[in-house]
Amino acid sequence: MMITQETSSPRVQANRVGLTRSDYRGLPSTLCQGCGHNAIANQIISAMYELDVVPEKVVKFSGIGCSSKSPTYFLSRSFGFNGLHGRMPSLALGALFADMSLKGIGVSGDGDTASIGMGQFKHLVRRNLPMMYIVENNGVYGLTKGQFSATAEKGLSLKRQGINPYMPIDICLEALVANATFVARSFAGDPKQVKEILKAAFSHRGIAVIDIISPCVTFHNQENSLHSYAWGKDHEMPLHDITFVPPREEIYIEDFEEGTVREVELHDGSVIMLKKLDHDYDPTNLFEALRVLEEAKQNNWLITGIIYVNPQAPTIFDAYDLPAEPLNRLTEDRLRPPRESLEHLNQIFGA
Amino acid sequence: MITPQISSPLKEQEARSPIINDFCITVATVNGSGSATSNGILLRALFTMGIPVSGKNIFPSNIQGLPTWYSIRLSRKGYLGRIETDDIIVAMNPATFLQDLNYLVPGGVLFYDDSIKVNIPREDIVTYPMPVKQIVRQADVPANLRDYVANMVYVGVVAQMLNIDLQAVQRALAVHFKGKQKAIDSNWAIIKAAADWAAANLEKRDPYRVEPMPAPANRILIDGNTAGALGAVYGGFQLAAWYPITPASSFAEALGEYAPELRKDPITGKHTFAIIQAEDELAAAGMAIGAGWAGLRAMASTSGPGFSLMAEYLGLAYFAEVPVVIWDIQRVGPSTGLPTRTAQGDLTFAYFLGHGDTQYVILLPGNVNECFEMGWRAFDIAERLQTPVLVLSDLDLGMNMHIGEPFEYPDTPMDRGKVLWEEDLERFLAEHQGQWGRYLDVDGDGIPYRTLPGNTHPRSAYFARGTGHDEFARYSEEPEIWERNLKRIARKMENARTLVPKPVLQTHPGAQIGIIAYGSTDPAIQEARDLLLEKGMAIDFLRLRALPFTEEVAEFLRGHAHVYVVELNRDGQMHQLLTMAYPEYATRLRSVAHVDGLPLTARWVVERIAAMEGLR
Ligand SMILES: Cc1ncc(C[n+]2csc(CCOP(=O)(O)OP(=O)(O)O)c2C)c(N)n1
Ligand code: SF4
Ligand SMILES: [Mg+2]
Repeated sequence: MMITQETSSPRVQANRVGLTRSDYRGLPSTLCQGCGHNAIANQIISAMYELDVVPEKVVKFSGIGCSSKSPTYFLSRSFGFNGLHGRMPSLALGALFADMSLKGIGVSGDGDTASIGMGQFKHLVRRNLPMMYIVENNGVYGLTKGQFSATAEKGLSLKRQGINPYMPIDICLEALVANATFVARSFAGDPKQVKEILKAAFSHRGIAVIDIISPCVTFHNQENSLHSYAWGKDHEMPLHDITFVPPREEIYIEDFEEGTVREVELHDGSVIMLKKLDHDYDPTNLFEALRVLEEAKQNNWLITGIIYVNPQAPTIFDAYDLPAEPLNRLTEDRLRPPRESLEHLNQIFGA
Repeated sequence: MITPQISSPLKEQEARSPIINDFCITVATVNGSGSATSNGILLRALFTMGIPVSGKNIFPSNIQGLPTWYSIRLSRKGYLGRIETDDIIVAMNPATFLQDLNYLVPGGVLFYDDSIKVNIPREDIVTYPMPVKQIVRQADVPANLRDYVANMVYVGVVAQMLNIDLQAVQRALAVHFKGKQKAIDSNWAIIKAAADWAAANLEKRDPYRVEPMPAPANRILIDGNTAGALGAVYGGFQLAAWYPITPASSFAEALGEYAPELRKDPITGKHTFAIIQAEDELAAAGMAIGAGWAGLRAMASTSGPGFSLMAEYLGLAYFAEVPVVIWDIQRVGPSTGLPTRTAQGDLTFAYFLGHGDTQYVILLPGNVNECFEMGWRAFDIAERLQTPVLVLSDLDLGMNMHIGEPFEYPDTPMDRGKVLWEEDLERFLAEHQGQWGRYLDVDGDGIPYRTLPGNTHPRSAYFARGTGHDEFARYSEEPEIWERNLKRIARKMENARTLVPKPVLQTHPGAQIGIIAYGSTDPAIQEARDLLLEKGMAIDFLRLRALPFTEEVAEFLRGHAHVYVVELNRDGQMHQLLTMAYPEYATRLRSVAHVDGLPLTARWVVERIAAMEGLR
């Protein structure tokens, strides 16, 4: 059926579904000025606008934390559910079964994902639920005022927390060993790359884990720390330049010179083109992905880019024999077995 | 604990009059030896003969090697609760042989595997040795299956000696093996050989036997978990999440067994449900609540430890107003407790579950028919009220086989509650000055209208959350808004009283006192009432089937001088809840509670109430 859409002002910026960038906005942010999470929300808005996404076809999820508040700062016209600390994966998984044509966007924090939520995170990854899972990684618990998170580097010293005695968890590595089908890392201070990765991730059919270093300017922005703007800017080593090409623009592929570009075709026919920097990085090679992450770890590099992608892997929905029509629109006549079937059962269980 | 029977020699066998269809057989075996099949076949054969019968599996938390017992009670009068003594013992486990004998009544019967070389310390019983090994050896069974089919020997011998219809045994085999002829034949061969051996070699010296009875038509024999799962299938469950735990696993497994056939979409032939084995119960609750929020009929099944893990999520579902159904098949806690034994110990936990002020609709099935009915009705209540519905069953009801009426097809259409799809929302907006709010009470019943993800109406979306929110689902920390919302939810929950199943009332003319109980204790209480009546004490009985309490409860309390609240837990949890709900009747309420892991017996109830009444 047709519902009259709220007509957006017919400005030149209207995208292919007739919406302007402001149609993808959310409420004003209540996070700190300069928080990396705000920059990411802005790039989500841009990416969705540029991808011509219909907001009603997106469902937002989050856990608990400053980062997990941000789904209200984008896509006001999408449904969303801000769940429990560390338990967003299960919520999203259950909800997305209701309508397989919907796409999930999850926003989590490093505490939410790598501490309390590690179990659910890894199980979501291994089930390959089609959704974009963004970790806004600042190395601290922002919302509870600056305690160490599980991604904080060993030896880091924070006000009132002392020195972190434990080894950090690398979210990209965790995702990879849990058989993630799309793993990327970016840096909130690099909006262009964040946006391109978001666009590629959103087009991936399967779980797309994006670990975005997102400095907490209030509790954790020391220059010498891995999760600060200054450190990020100095140590960022993009694996490659990313250009994301939705299927309708496929023609541009020819513009790139053979040999300098690695193309990866995603499920919907769109293509990510990765421009080689210092080596011909192949993001479909799992061994390579593990190697560059380990290498970066040992050298204190911040590797950014699309680290791994496997566009062919079956998703959780492929394991179920469900109708294409949304399950949540099925009516009683399709959900309640007929009367005769119960009579038959009564016979089976009868004397 | 039963005191050992005193041994005085049996005399005058012939003088004893026959005992027909009114005794208890306990089979003592080793866990993992495959005795479940044999016991199930004996039970079903007796059921097929029209005899009221119940089977209780007393099993250890172990896969192989520890002792296990299966008690079959036959009762002409239809008393199907557990009893504490055995009339007949089938002893297959040398380790418990002597201990088992303590439960055998004087004049009782002992069938035993003749490879058990123990002196039998009792002379007041009838003994029948069974040459199990010999019969199995002669029966031409592959060596690797010998231990397994050995249990079929006692089926044949007991059937022969008690006069159990061998055709009924054969029919039970066919049901058990779902018509698989090879399995039916090989087991039947042993049963037949054993029955023939008994006919030729054993002389009947005891009074126990069975006779077919004209059974009320169309009864069924089923376990409560399968019954509940079938109820959910007919209730149109669309997502079930679970994590393995005894005694709840067989609930989800029954969904997996029956749903694929029964729930094929009539249009596409595809499945209209998903069953997900989660990584734990936190995730199972999360999946079910995510699905419930998105408009699916969603459920999870678990037991105490897993139920504990669901607490935080259920609080979110209560406050964000998400329909979901959770089955708790109770076992004995606290902690891992007695994981394979039964109890009603999760009641107050379920009632108070969650931080802050919460309330839950709790359903209390008391038999397999109620498991089935609550299986579907729980979804109607959950979706109508947009709230979690908790169903508390237990191991005895859930895992043991019970006789029931044929299942009745749901007598009401599905109630999907106040859901607005695109056209509905358009209409709603037209009728309400263009205003819709997810938590806005427009009907005055506290129940708001909800939209579901996938709704393409540009006004349909909202952001659900566990944090403070106003009528339009906007974040709010305003004191008045918080309080207004929480009070509306309380008002919404008041509707539950008109939706939940009413208690079942059984009265006796002139009775001054009453019993209140719930769940699986029903058979023991029925029997106890009759026994107390024989002692001159007439008692009315109110069996609760849900919380919150309905009007009938206050009426019952008003109408009785005092009321015994009988339950299977230490602290008298229902007694506590009743005392809280009806302080004006608190002094009338008397707690009769205990928990030892075993199903309630009528004898215990009678002794306690008689003592408290000062009888005898
Ligand atoms: C079960 C539970 N435990 C603890 C908390 C308190 N809590 C709220 S946010 C948070 C940490 C958030 O850290 P992170 O996910 O890194 O998000 P950030 O604020 O840094 O973006 C904690 C511990 C909670 N909400 N729930
Ligand atoms: S405390 Fe840190 S993480 Fe939270 S909003 Fe402020 S800057 Fe962002
Ligand atoms: Mg953080």
